Amino acid sequence: MLSPKASGTDTPGPLFPVGAEGRQGVLGDLGCQAPAARRGRGWDVVGGCDAAPEPQPGPLHSVSRNASLERVLPGFRIPRAHKTGTTIAGLVFRDGVILGADTRATNDSVVMDKNCEKIHFIAPKIYCCGAGVAADAEMTTRMAASNMELHSLSTGREPRVTTVTRLLRQTLFRYRGHVGASLLVGGVDFSGPQLYSVHPHGSYSRLPFTALGSGQDAALAVLEDRFQPNMTLEAAQELLVEAITAGILGDLGSGGSVDACVITGTGAKLLRTLSSPTKPTERPSQYYFAPGTTAVQSQTVKPLTLELLEETVQAMEVE
Amino acid sequence: MNARGLGSQLKDNIPVTELSASGTFEQRDLLRKGLPCMKNELLPSHPLELTEKNFQLNQDKMNFSTLRNIQGLFAPLKLQMEFKAVQQVQRLPFLPSSNFSLDILRGNDETIGFEDILNDMSQVN
Repeated sequence: MLSPKASGTDTPGPLFPVGAEGRQGVLGDLGCQAPAARRGRGWDVVGGCDAAPEPQPGPLHSVSRNASLERVLPGFRIPRAHKTGTTIAGLVFRDGVILGADTRATNDSVVMDKNCEKIHFIAPKIYCCGAGVAADAEMTTRMAASNMELHSLSTGREPRVTTVTRLLRQTLFRYRGHVGASLLVGGVDFSGPQLYSVHPHGSYSRLPFTALGSGQDAALAVLEDRFQPNMTLEAAQELLVEAITAGILGDLGSGGSVDACVITGTGAKLLRTLSSPTKPTERPSQYYFAPGTTAVQSQTVKPLTLELLEETVQAMEVE
Repeated sequence: MNARGLGSQLKDNIPVTELSASGTFEQRDLLRKGLPCMKNELLPSHPLELTEKNFQLNQDKMNFSTLRNIQGLFAPLKLQMEFKAVQQVQRLPFLPSSNFSLDILRGNDETIGFEDILNDMSQVN
């Protein structure tokens, strides 16, 4: 389920302008280029010769069409993936890693979702917070999760946080930053708790505490001030909630409540709606209108004469 | 390692489909392709179009080159030999091959990429 919310991109234009193909965000059409080895998965093409010219790969066809539409029609602009806000933060404490995020997804200046999930599952003890374009972060992390599962089944070992980070940054670098996903990967594996931040172009850093998204300044300010190495779980959780709250209150693009995920050597616990710094706004009055509120001026009834042309009955097999 | 063999297969242009004789017989898809414009067909429409087209080839070149430098000439040679050997086994002459063994050798059977989840099966060529 691709989230139709575009939550922002750092680059001036997304890979595939959001258009008629669907509001799947930047990644919506990325995958149709099947490499040569994948060809022939179906019976679709006659002639397995490698030299046969291929039609333009699926999603890229809309790029030139959109460009020519903009050129031909004056004043027409293809809708672009919009930047929204997020505050995500993470820190390493004594027994593991704790990740936190706000829950607001915006589209330009309208809040699209007041309670969305930004902490994604990758492996039983590895979670990932995503900022940037929502669809990109979502799809990238889902694919990373699937690939990690396959990889750990193949190796027979528990997945490592470095593997996840490498997988993510290789994917992001491949698309040269057009996939606008900034990710915070945190988890515990045999070498201990680790926290990595991965940026849309493929760079990464390993840090004891960090924050990403539009509210990162506010969150980082709190974290820089009060972070200590080897904190207890309670202290770490409190600090994280304060950092995200600072982002929620200080940044217009972040809001909602605070979600957190505590990962220790024994497992992970996702704490949804850990704290709500703001109360939901109370509607001052009723907005329900009784029937008859609006006076009817005039009424015309036009019967439509329809003629039955054809009737087909298709038996449905019900087992 | 001299990767000239792979380099010659790099695609640096976009084939003009309407002039090709072996394409399927279908009308120009106006909704997807837009109004006919030679520039659109000859030039890449997106900065990543060419890199994505050549991605597999470039990856292979890089990997074989690294392997050559670390383990010597025979390592990439043997792998390429296996790839070529596995591509010899096909179905009947006019049927497309599933390239199943090639997928296994490349490790594609254990990975999921965007081409698997966002793919339109009728467009797999």
